[in-house]
Amino acid sequence: MKNRVVITGLGVISSLGNDIDTFWNNLIQGKSGISHITQFDTSDYAVKIASEVKDFDPLNFIDKKETRRMDRFAQFAVAAAKMAVSHAGLNIDDRNAERVGVYIGSGIGGLATLEKQHRVLMDRGPRRVSPFFVPMMIANMASGIVSIQLGAKGPNSAAISACSTGTHCVGDAFRILQRGEADVMLAGGAEATIMPLAVAGFSAMTALSTRNDEPEKASRPFDKDRDGFVMGEGAGVLVLETLDHALKRGANIIAEVVGYGMTADAYHLTSPAPEGEGAKRAMEMAMRDAGLAPEEIDYINAHGTSTEYNDKFETMAIKGAFKDHAYKLAVSSTKSMLGHLLGAAGGVETIISALAIKEQILPPTINLENPDPECDLDYVPNEARKTRVRTALSNSLGFGGHNATILLKEYEEK
Amino acid sequence: MADTLERVKKIVVERLNVDPSEVTMEASIKDDLGADSLDVVDLIMELEDEFDMEISDEEAEKISTVGDVVDYINKHK
Repeated sequence: MKNRVVITGLGVISSLGNDIDTFWNNLIQGKSGISHITQFDTSDYAVKIASEVKDFDPLNFIDKKETRRMDRFAQFAVAAAKMAVSHAGLNIDDRNAERVGVYIGSGIGGLATLEKQHRVLMDRGPRRVSPFFVPMMIANMASGIVSIQLGAKGPNSAAISACSTGTHCVGDAFRILQRGEADVMLAGGAEATIMPLAVAGFSAMTALSTRNDEPEKASRPFDKDRDGFVMGEGAGVLVLETLDHALKRGANIIAEVVGYGMTADAYHLTSPAPEGEGAKRAMEMAMRDAGLAPEEIDYINAHGTSTEYNDKFETMAIKGAFKDHAYKLAVSSTKSMLGHLLGAAGGVETIISALAIKEQILPPTINLENPDPECDLDYVPNEARKTRVRTALSNSLGFGGHNATILLKEYEEK
Repeated sequence: MADTLERVKKIVVERLNVDPSEVTMEASIKDDLGADSLDVVDLIMELEDEFDMEISDEEAEKISTVGDVVDYINKHK
């Protein structure tokens, strides 16, 4: 008998706010967090825009010495995890520490640290490379440091699967709780890669939008004038716990996690499989896992990156998985406002899906001015929508052909 | 001598986030100032930069207090 699993706490660091209330209010007002890059000089770069976190002071969450030993992505993870635990009203102490686990991944890890230390190596030689280089760079360190900071001694790992990282982490944590290996899991993703090497690399793939003169309009999923994704940064961490544990401590239940699916395209390094075949199977798997029929799904938070291929193929995948119901359910891409947080996207978008259920409001897809004829679903264009939201499905599709889907449902005692 | 201590103190305070009053000649870098093994390596590298000298790994292992650092620097600079 599997445990039921619920969401009881949320924490976020993003371009649209470093707390849940600000973040959600900006999303339902259809605001864009995208602007010109301030973290480095973009004079030589084709891409000059990103969705940067603003006004983040790590010292609000972490002591000064520890801050110096953490890359920006890990600082985001610790901040989001601490806010999520506080939001959940959870105390971690000697009595429960071994039953609280962490599963927070990062697609890339400490890129700022890597770039800086590589420069040290080239300019000054191997004896000058910092002893903190490796522990600051490795992508599993979000999970490691969060466990140290919170004293969480339960199951601890991290999925590292590019843009599907966050969803894999939430899904894998969900499984750990279903199996009863922990009572509580902090799950999600963190990323901080608005750095020269990443911008140059993604730019070389022609994956990024170059709409530099209109940053707020650059991320336009499903629009026919879309020209690539906009890199974002931040972290999204959820407190998941078994229903029994949540009820016993009288926790506030935000939504229930009911299904998880993951597949591989087994097709190409970066291009999605024709007709979004792998993504379709991930959605079908999540619905089967939840015991829900396609007609029971109200909302999809799409991967919706604003690239030519993703939006077209994800739309085909939705049609393949939902048939006629694809035209009745609502789909939106919040990447239109937040940009693409890579490994953190799945964490942040699971949070958005949970809030859509809790608040009964769908966040919009902004900048949808001239819909691509091949993208003909209801994408909640430009304005948030107050409606009945019983179920929400969130997709993350990563380079390497990873497809991950998490399915949430309104909590009912049943 | 006093000058060396002041310069060492500045680096130790910044790197280990301790109060300047704690950084005495007798203070043990690990036990009193809370440095772990990674901090010690980091600190040695900073000191090498500050005083433009090289401290070998063997020599670094013998250093335990702030006074050891100051003495070593004064002897070798």
